Amino acid sequence: MTLAHLPALVVVVPLIAAPLTLLLRRPGVAWGIATAACAFSFAAALLLAAEVALHGPVSYHIGSWPPPWGIEYRLDVLNAFVLVLVSGVAAAVAPYAWRSVAAEMPGDRVYLFYTMFCLCVAGLLGMAATGDAFNLFVFMEIASLSSYVLIALGRDRRALLAAYQYLVLGTIGATFYVIGVGLLYLMTGTLNIADIAERLPQVRGTRPVLAALAFITVGVSLKLALFPLHLWLPNAYTYAPSAVTALLAATATKVQVYVLLRFYFGIFGLKLVTETLPMPEILLALSVVAIVTASLVALWQADLKRLFAYSSVAQIGYITLGISMASKDGLTAAVVHLFNHGITKGALFLLIGGIAWRVQRAGFDRLRGLGRSMPITSLGIVIAGLSLIGVPGTAGFVSKWYLVLGAIEAGRWWLAAFIVATSLIAVAYVWRFVEAAYLSAPGERTPGRGEPPLAMLLPAWLMVAACVYFGFDTSFTVGTARRAAALMLGEAP
Amino acid sequence: MSVANHVASHYSYWVTVVLMVAGLFIVIARGNLVKKLIGLSIFQTSVYLLYIAPGKLIGGTAPIVAEGFRIYSNPLPHVLILTAIVVGVATLALGLAIVVRIREAYRSIEEDEILAADRDGEDRA
Repeated sequence: MTLAHLPALVVVVPLIAAPLTLLLRRPGVAWGIATAACAFSFAAALLLAAEVALHGPVSYHIGSWPPPWGIEYRLDVLNAFVLVLVSGVAAAVAPYAWRSVAAEMPGDRVYLFYTMFCLCVAGLLGMAATGDAFNLFVFMEIASLSSYVLIALGRDRRALLAAYQYLVLGTIGATFYVIGVGLLYLMTGTLNIADIAERLPQVRGTRPVLAALAFITVGVSLKLALFPLHLWLPNAYTYAPSAVTALLAATATKVQVYVLLRFYFGIFGLKLVTETLPMPEILLALSVVAIVTASLVALWQADLKRLFAYSSVAQIGYITLGISMASKDGLTAAVVHLFNHGITKGALFLLIGGIAWRVQRAGFDRLRGLGRSMPITSLGIVIAGLSLIGVPGTAGFVSKWYLVLGAIEAGRWWLAAFIVATSLIAVAYVWRFVEAAYLSAPGERTPGRGEPPLAMLLPAWLMVAACVYFGFDTSFTVGTARRAAALMLGEAP
Repeated sequence: MSVANHVASHYSYWVTVVLMVAGLFIVIARGNLVKKLIGLSIFQTSVYLLYIAPGKLIGGTAPIVAEGFRIYSNPLPHVLILTAIVVGVATLALGLAIVVRIREAYRSIEEDEILAADRDGEDRA
């Protein structure tokens, strides 16, 4: 009975947890509710993913109104996978937040953090779960508005400016999206994603549909920080509280990638996207520029958090590179990298939060000799860094492998060489940490011996372990991604 | 004549486009943080019109299933835009709240002065 309502509960539980944390006010209670809600969502998402893998897509009608009139939650292989990523990261970040947030925020406002945290998680999960284009916009705004607040909670006053910039750019992005949906609604008279896809062939190639494609592409690209629309990201990630950076870096941009995939392959269809407008060429060019410039900019950063923020822009370039191939291997790579980069960046930012817990900021002047004073944290950053580079035996290798396969399959040898060559830039920026932490003598600003509390180390190391585990056992990630790619291209899996 | 006809019959779209571009221009061109938010609001408002105008049919009534009611206007866009208005209000409120905090922290709401203040801060640090 309750099991039948899981597709709604996975979103509704964190959504209800938000006002509860606000009403109960006690930091400990608020933390408990938020953690329990995230853990519930994670368990529910795993159950749903298993259900989808066994019995095919799940459709849930909100309020029993049948689609296309009512709002439908529709879970297939692709968005069940995204649900697992988002709720899994949230379930790891929530226990971590207990000590991290207490150190970074005034005590009387801590409960408000958990309210926003729950809202943000509910919004991201809702975006992934819903099968209604306008409902998706509402969840997008729930997730965005709460993340603006979460970023503004950072200690530095520049966090306020970062939140403001993100608010302006994020709102433009969401409004572009809603313009695109409005144009689609004008042409098809429906908002249900599956229903739009069914009716679109009758009006395919008309100018409003092409304009909708362009508006949605630009709007979602702004949100997922595709170069050159990434300007909000580095500041937002750098100045936000540690737990917030980890949550947003691992999930927010990834859900937007999912939205792009859903609209490209679930609504507009491969033919319209690849033939009527030069979308693959544009995406390919932007991805290539994103990977090179953002990686190079990352090299010169004086702050470890900022370095990995720029690296995020580059890694999103790899994901959109996979999308631009529009082939089975390319899409598999995009979906796998969406997951693998999520857990890798989640692990990195959680560990950097541990450094921030000790010394306020992770500037390189404070990292000298860190390998000796914080050995467990440093080792974790190195392992997650290896996954970022794509060293065999880590999750990052698996996604790069499929990207290279996709490039070779498309006959683009230069692209395969490019992917391998740009990984070297990642080697260089991860090496900067290794050099500072292991090969430099401790400076006067290096923290003394000691690690962050176990409540912070354990979630971070769980994510690091996931980076290694998914480098060896790829049956869940690659298996799911291949079926999702087949689904998007309309093939039998 | 045909151009004039086209403009006259599609004037709601033209108003939408003008508002949209004007709003976006203000966001980009103005350095004052409050003015930027006003531009953002105008930009969002243009979308309300984009949704609502096509929902109206001339001579259409509310959707009533009964004798004598044949043409009706689509009520769904109104419902959607009610939601979008709420989102717009929340965005504006949050944006203004952040601007208040920015003014407390920087003693200014001009973008160039704030950026300059941060640059000075970095030089000293």
